[in-house]
Amino acid sequence: MGRYVYLDNNGTTAMAAEVIDFIHQNDGLYGNASSMHSLGRDAAAGIDWARGMVARLVDAPAEGIYFTSGATESNNTVFAIFRDLIDEGSCRDRIVLSTVEHPASIETAKYLIGKGYRVDFAPVDHEGRLDLARLAELVGDDVCLVSVMVGNNESGTIQPVKEAAAIAHSHGAFFHTDATQAIGKIPVSVKDIGADYLSLSGHKFYGPKGIGVLYASPSAPMGPYIHGGHQEKGMRAGTYNNQAIYGIGKAAELAMANLQDEHDRLWAMREKLRKGILERIPDVIVNGAADAEHCLPGTLNVSFSGAEGESILLYLDMEGIEVSTGSACATGSLEPSYVLLAAGLDVELAHGSIRFSFGRYNTMEDVDYVLEKLPPIIEKIRDMSTRKVR
Amino acid sequence: MASSFMAQWVYTDVVKDHFMNPRNLWKEGEEFEADGIGEVGSLACGDQMRVGIKVRDGRIADLRWLTYGCASAIASTSMMSEMAIGMTLEEAYHLTPQMITEALGGLPEHKFHCSVLGDKALRAAIDDYLEKNGIENRLKGTTARMICECKGVTDHMIEELVKSGKVHDFEGLQALTGCCTVCGKCRDKIMEELNEQLHIYGK
Repeated sequence: MGRYVYLDNNGTTAMAAEVIDFIHQNDGLYGNASSMHSLGRDAAAGIDWARGMVARLVDAPAEGIYFTSGATESNNTVFAIFRDLIDEGSCRDRIVLSTVEHPASIETAKYLIGKGYRVDFAPVDHEGRLDLARLAELVGDDVCLVSVMVGNNESGTIQPVKEAAAIAHSHGAFFHTDATQAIGKIPVSVKDIGADYLSLSGHKFYGPKGIGVLYASPSAPMGPYIHGGHQEKGMRAGTYNNQAIYGIGKAAELAMANLQDEHDRLWAMREKLRKGILERIPDVIVNGAADAEHCLPGTLNVSFSGAEGESILLYLDMEGIEVSTGSACATGSLEPSYVLLAAGLDVELAHGSIRFSFGRYNTMEDVDYVLEKLPPIIEKIRDMSTRKVR
Repeated sequence: MASSFMAQWVYTDVVKDHFMNPRNLWKEGEEFEADGIGEVGSLACGDQMRVGIKVRDGRIADLRWLTYGCASAIASTSMMSEMAIGMTLEEAYHLTPQMITEALGGLPEHKFHCSVLGDKALRAAIDDYLEKNGIENRLKGTTARMICECKGVTDHMIEELVKSGKVHDFEGLQALTGCCTVCGKCRDKIMEELNEQLHIYGK
């Protein structure tokens, strides 16, 4: 067995050893955190601690932090809140989001469209960055919610969320941001952005899967989406997942401690890989934003003309290198990545796109290994292809 | 990496073998004077295949191929090449995606459409050979599958109409063929075939 190089950290991350240890240290805290007895109160104290950590991580008041099963649930909840307000007869009955939001938002919006709700999509430029002028045209006084992500999971492009929030607020609309992909990579501040809502998932920054957060400003509308017990001020029912919550709290603590170092390390590896690929392989296009200011540091999305993404992914997998692709073949649909197409990328190049996403446990040696294995794979696939790139 | 589970590979061992070691590949610079060449699919749809054949005494004497596509598409074309060499033109013309996927030990259901191009490219190469040599093509149409029985619309008719750009959607197909205007039972099958052809020949 050769080297194993995990470069799909935008998909999910490994739990940090510190997080696993911390969960084990507290595995005696199995009490129902809603119970009044000692074990219940101890469990609840741990949840309060974790809530405080996550609040600090996104620079938000702790009373606005609601634990959910993950960002998918958080995004769904935000759309459900405004669906209910529209149903109740609000004169603001339109929602605006960008074309490159995560499926957790895009599919929820499409569901609402199918039910007759009014939804508009704001386009992005060739780097996948939100077109603020078009957003400003699309947002009017009939809009209740604007949703734009902090950083894109596929292209890595960082969105002008502060400006987007200002546009939303200038029309009296609320602003939601999906920060899932940005957490632990760049500073994310609810206050700085001016976000009324924010979503995140624990497993994208070395915490456990199945736990996430919805931040809702105390002055923004909030409503229950999961009905049942009185957990989370009656806004999100279900017995607390103590250990997962302690885990996300620990992950938040680690993310804050390592943020700048983590950013610089990820960007250095990403840049070394980008330059190495461009030096060694002809006919490559780098997707998304090009500079550190506008791109998540660990994300490199490239398209290889004349080579299809699933084939590249599987050949890399044989060498122990794990990546993801925007090719239709890997998704089960017939269309390749909507995120890359929205940025105007040619369909063929979207089929040939590969996303390398670095994380805390990657090293420069990993980059060397990819640069050794990747060029012959692309050459082999291109030799097989109907389009000869020479 | 500690774990208690170990998954199978995405595809069968046969698919993996053909994907890793494709047979009868049309290598760069290789001397291969094809008697007939067929090309189907498009880069935009994510699958494109080109097949070249040599014909001796009414049989496929040799075959080379190129494929732009996923692992299923590559393995399907590779397997098709092994099956087709040695076949009579008629046998080769009737090679179906089902026969290829069976030989591969199966493909996941959503991957089945990746295997339909290999046999299409092969048929296109045989058509090309017959045309170039002025031989009457008695094979064309013999593989057609009836989809709308009321109006006699076959999969080949739909393929030809989409390929020639005369049909871009269901309404257009219905206007030209009258399909699905009598009993209406074929609608799902018509849509399935139409979507497949639109995918292969680009929208």
